Amino acid sequence: MSAAAGMGGGVQLKPVKLAGWRVIVLTLALVLLFGGLAARALYLQGFNTGFLQQKGNSFSKKELAVPAHRGRITDRNGEALAQSTPLFQVFVTPHGMQPSATQFTALAALLDMKESALRRTLDDADGEFLTLKRVPPAVAEKIVALRITGLETQRHYRRHYPDAEVTSHVLGITNYEDAGQEGMELAQNTWLAGKPGMRRVIVDNKRNIIDEAGAGRAPQEGRDLALSIDRKLQHLAFRELKAAVEQHKAKAGGAVVLDVRTGEILALANYPTYDPNQREVVPKDKARNRALTDTFEPGSTLKPFTVAAAMEAGKVTPETVFQTAPGAMTIGSATIHDAHAYGALTVEQVIQKSSNVGAAKMALMLPPETMWQMLSRAGFGSAPKTGFPGEVSGRLRPYKSWRPIEQATMAYGHGISVNLVQLARAYTIFATDGQLKPVSLLKTGGDVAGQPVIREATALAVRRMMEKAVLPGGTAPKAQVRGYRVAGKTGTAHKLEGRGYAAHHYVSSFVGLAPVTNPRIVVAVMIDDPSGGEYYGGSVAAPVFSRITETTLRALNVPNDAPLDNVILPSPEVPPVEEEV
Amino acid sequence: MVRLNLLLLVLIVVSALALITSQHQSRKLYSELQVEQAAAKRFEEEIARLQVEQSSWSTPSRIEKVARERLAMRIPEASRIRVLGTEASVAGAPK
Repeated sequence: MSAAAGMGGGVQLKPVKLAGWRVIVLTLALVLLFGGLAARALYLQGFNTGFLQQKGNSFSKKELAVPAHRGRITDRNGEALAQSTPLFQVFVTPHGMQPSATQFTALAALLDMKESALRRTLDDADGEFLTLKRVPPAVAEKIVALRITGLETQRHYRRHYPDAEVTSHVLGITNYEDAGQEGMELAQNTWLAGKPGMRRVIVDNKRNIIDEAGAGRAPQEGRDLALSIDRKLQHLAFRELKAAVEQHKAKAGGAVVLDVRTGEILALANYPTYDPNQREVVPKDKARNRALTDTFEPGSTLKPFTVAAAMEAGKVTPETVFQTAPGAMTIGSATIHDAHAYGALTVEQVIQKSSNVGAAKMALMLPPETMWQMLSRAGFGSAPKTGFPGEVSGRLRPYKSWRPIEQATMAYGHGISVNLVQLARAYTIFATDGQLKPVSLLKTGGDVAGQPVIREATALAVRRMMEKAVLPGGTAPKAQVRGYRVAGKTGTAHKLEGRGYAAHHYVSSFVGLAPVTNPRIVVAVMIDDPSGGEYYGGSVAAPVFSRITETTLRALNVPNDAPLDNVILPSPEVPPVEEEV
Repeated sequence: MVRLNLLLLVLIVVSALALITSQHQSRKLYSELQVEQAAAKRFEEEIARLQVEQSSWSTPSRIEKVARERLAMRIPEASRIRVLGTEASVAGAPK
């Protein structure tokens, strides 16, 4: 009103007399116009403000995702085994893109492509988007600086595995978005991945960020993960395993090195394997971490537990004699065989010569429950709890359903299934004063307390028997190690095929500990289906054990407990001590 | 009354200018911060890249290959090793 009046006052400076009705019409018109404006302003400011604010912000405010960098996986000494580096994916809208000639030349050069090739790629594209290439950040920056319309870059990560096929089974793999897919990458994904952050920013008309608008969320960067694996030992175990699998034309193999004091897995090798840096389809049978996800019948490597059970029950001493002649024993409709008829054997010799009849006789002296308890407390039938995805627990059937023949065959490792890590862990009871140590794939603080399973005296006695097994006269003289006393047990088992045992397919294994005077490591080796002629654990798996153990002890700086010329191989004329399988 | 109004007018103009200047300052500083943050990110990425490179050069298989082939190193024979400091070493000493 007052505005209209003021205007009227201005007009009145000139002494022109207007007709009264015109003044009224004019005033009304002005009032209506201003009223309209006021109403419109009220409408926009008062009732529609939220919507408009949002519209305005959408032009100037933006939310940006801040990706979190995936943590490294390192070995126990902090050396990187897996690490992510950023890469930028360049993509274009082929038909909406009109680069100038100089832009085009520069783009081709930065993409490391021939101009003609780039031209052809763009012309052939028929989709909305065309992804061109992944380039490192420095190159991406230069490409963005060309300011070509219709070209964008997007940040990705690429995971590098410097040790490639040597560590692939333990580490696993990540997918295109750098999220864990398998192995420790999957098991520890939350720890490694972190959480992406978010920024609220104000941008100008050229989309440059000019200010922060309100609080965002800082990204929570992924954390590094230290494994128990020692890169050097892992490499060594892998190399020896690979050589053995190839030499014996085997289907597969596994090797585990355990630190007896801490329960840490220092090396875990599998073969065949794959290169995780080549991201094409990974064949499933090569990607499996067999040492944890596959089970096998352990065969004679289980005999020390039978002996331990009998000794704990007070049924035998190392000197107790068993009559194994005539080298066979019939229980019900089944017959158990030995390779040779040894006649009378002491408990110690049953282990040394790996007599099935002796072990079976020993087992049958025990109530099923006692034997079951021994095996169960040594960790058979329960997963090793490494947190590894897909680890299996093996099979130890409840003792109530055992028939005598089953109990007898279980004494030498048939009718029970284990995985290799489980078997290595079980041997910690002989490497310590009778404790079962918990195993870990992650670096732990230090010595760890175990679960007492057998008496120290029993552990020592069985350890001494297993030392005899690797000396001449035993089944595995090839397991001897220069400069160290070692103890261990061979295993050779027919493979299960369908519902029965395959006649000519075997699993050869050797599990041992060293040095005998103060054990530091347990090493377990398994070779699946060696078909190069030899198949006894003593000739296939024991040499692998020997080589891995020697280098590992040297790498760990373990003092020698034997002279360096301690290895005595039996003369070639002496027939090797073979175990019946 | 008029003087007070004039004073207030001057004050408001001054404060408006100050606001504009500080806003400008803040945006300038912010853009500098952005440049620095981008640089920090770049350096982090560079570290990651270099760590990968270091790790690739130091794989045990490569070290072993170089040691054996280029430097002609090998594991000594038992007769050339002398063990010191433990009881076993006495027995282990070469004869």
